[in-house]
Amino acid sequence: METKKNLTAYLFLIPAFTVLFVFFFIPFFDTIKISFFDYSKDVYEPVFVGLQNYIELIKSPAFLKTIVNTFYFMILCTPFLVIFPLFLAILINQKILFKNPYKIIIYLPVIISIVVVAIAFKWLYAPSGLLNYFMEKINLPAVGWLSDPNVAMISVALVTIFKGIGYYMMIYLSALLAVPKELYEAAEVDGAVGFRKHMLVTIPHIMPSIVLVIIMSSISALKVFVEIYVMTRGGPLNSTKTIVYYIYEKAFENLDLGLASAGAVILLLIVMVFSILNIFVFEKDKYKI
Amino acid sequence: MLKNIIKKVSTHTILILVCLLSLIPFLWLLSTALKGRSENIFAYPPVFIPKDFTLDNFKEVLKLVPILRYVVNSFIVAGSTVILNVILSALAAYPLARMEFDGKKTAFFSILATIMVPFQTIMLPIYIITLKLNLIDGYSSFMGYLGLILPFAVNAFGIFLLRQAFLTIPKEIEESAVVDGCNSLQIFFKLLLPMVKPSVALLAIFTFIGCWGEFLWPSIVLTDERLFTLPVGINNLSSAFSSDYRLVAAGSMISIVPIIVFFLIFQKYFVEGGSEGAVKG
Repeated sequence: METKKNLTAYLFLIPAFTVLFVFFFIPFFDTIKISFFDYSKDVYEPVFVGLQNYIELIKSPAFLKTIVNTFYFMILCTPFLVIFPLFLAILINQKILFKNPYKIIIYLPVIISIVVVAIAFKWLYAPSGLLNYFMEKINLPAVGWLSDPNVAMISVALVTIFKGIGYYMMIYLSALLAVPKELYEAAEVDGAVGFRKHMLVTIPHIMPSIVLVIIMSSISALKVFVEIYVMTRGGPLNSTKTIVYYIYEKAFENLDLGLASAGAVILLLIVMVFSILNIFVFEKDKYKI
Repeated sequence: MLKNIIKKVSTHTILILVCLLSLIPFLWLLSTALKGRSENIFAYPPVFIPKDFTLDNFKEVLKLVPILRYVVNSFIVAGSTVILNVILSALAAYPLARMEFDGKKTAFFSILATIMVPFQTIMLPIYIITLKLNLIDGYSSFMGYLGLILPFAVNAFGIFLLRQAFLTIPKEIEESAVVDGCNSLQIFFKLLLPMVKPSVALLAIFTFIGCWGEFLWPSIVLTDERLFTLPVGINNLSSAFSSDYRLVAAGSMISIVPIIVFFLIFQKYFVEGGSEGAVKG
């Protein structure tokens, strides 16, 4: 009986686990393995070099710059993607007309392929494009949105923010639905209105969702690639080259598989540290209150 | 009373502004796509309503680039990925929600672990494995499609979403079916699967959207233009015709029509919330 029960469960699990083994677990351990080999002399004859790829990366200013760039990108995106969608969700969650049309339109950029969104923004960012026209209207000098190394990353971040707002707004909206109405009434009796009411009732109640959005948006910022690939190719002067772009370039353009994999392992560690750190900070706060 | 009106007006003003900002990049692209040869697309000040209104750019881009072929490819890939995700996730979710067996914890946590590892960090070995298995378009179109589909045939979000759904079904329903002499497969397909339809729909819709927009993996494995999916094809178009943004704009506009229609058909699943999870990314 016991073995039969096991067998039934395993039969149900086998299809999914076959896929996960071939396209997840094996590649995962392969990444670590490849990172200990040198492929740069001959792709077909890798040589075991231990930690040399890691040492080379840590000593490489080009790689360190991609780490700095990636964190800079994350700092540009995350605060905005945490706060602005929450603000919009609170607005839409009121008893107002046109609730659904608003939600649908704000969600639209989420469903459209990032490639098309990036193409649309490239057009807005053109030297004599729409955005520079508005800049001139408000008496500001024209900006090299994608050609100025000091600005390009901000321009890319704007695209990521534009595409993410609707998604995170929906997460907040479903969290807001779960806030008991009585709490607001109680707060109003105590004289709390408007902004203060939300600080007292809404924010503490949907804290888990806020943390979720912080984690999700930070991790997806660490993984940014397509926006950069379509709009700047890492330029100008490598100012928008991120870790994933570096991995992509090393792996598929330079065929330096060892270095690419060592970069991938470093990114993996950053992502893991990050989600653990986020949870830890959040938990600590929870116990303080 | 007055305070209430001011509040309502400012709420709507902000929301209308945000909606406009969400639409402007696409409307500007559409406006560019509708401008004829005789109209300067860099005109100053910018012209929103085309003076030389024409559909020629759409006709021309359809003639130069097989966009409809890309649409079909995207449908094949996204559709197959959805079907596999639903079947494999449901099959795996059922024992994790309903059965006791040796190694359940191990199975559970190894699936959970996959969430922590971004696709971007393991894409290189996945590519090598895909090559070794001949899942590439250089081998045959069929294998090329498989190479686009199989790496995304199942993921942890889908499994956990359906596991959650199975957990909400009362145990008694299953027990009475066992008494009636049904075996596990019958219980699964005839009884339980129909009961989690809403979650299956959610998984299907979000998998479809995620897959439809996917760029990184197809751009790595595809070499044969006949198998290009929309994002790869449109990106290719944008670099090939970068000197003529009218055509790039027209192609981009055509490419978003199917997904917008899909979105409007299933909009209630989006606006009613519950959009967390299930999205690949």
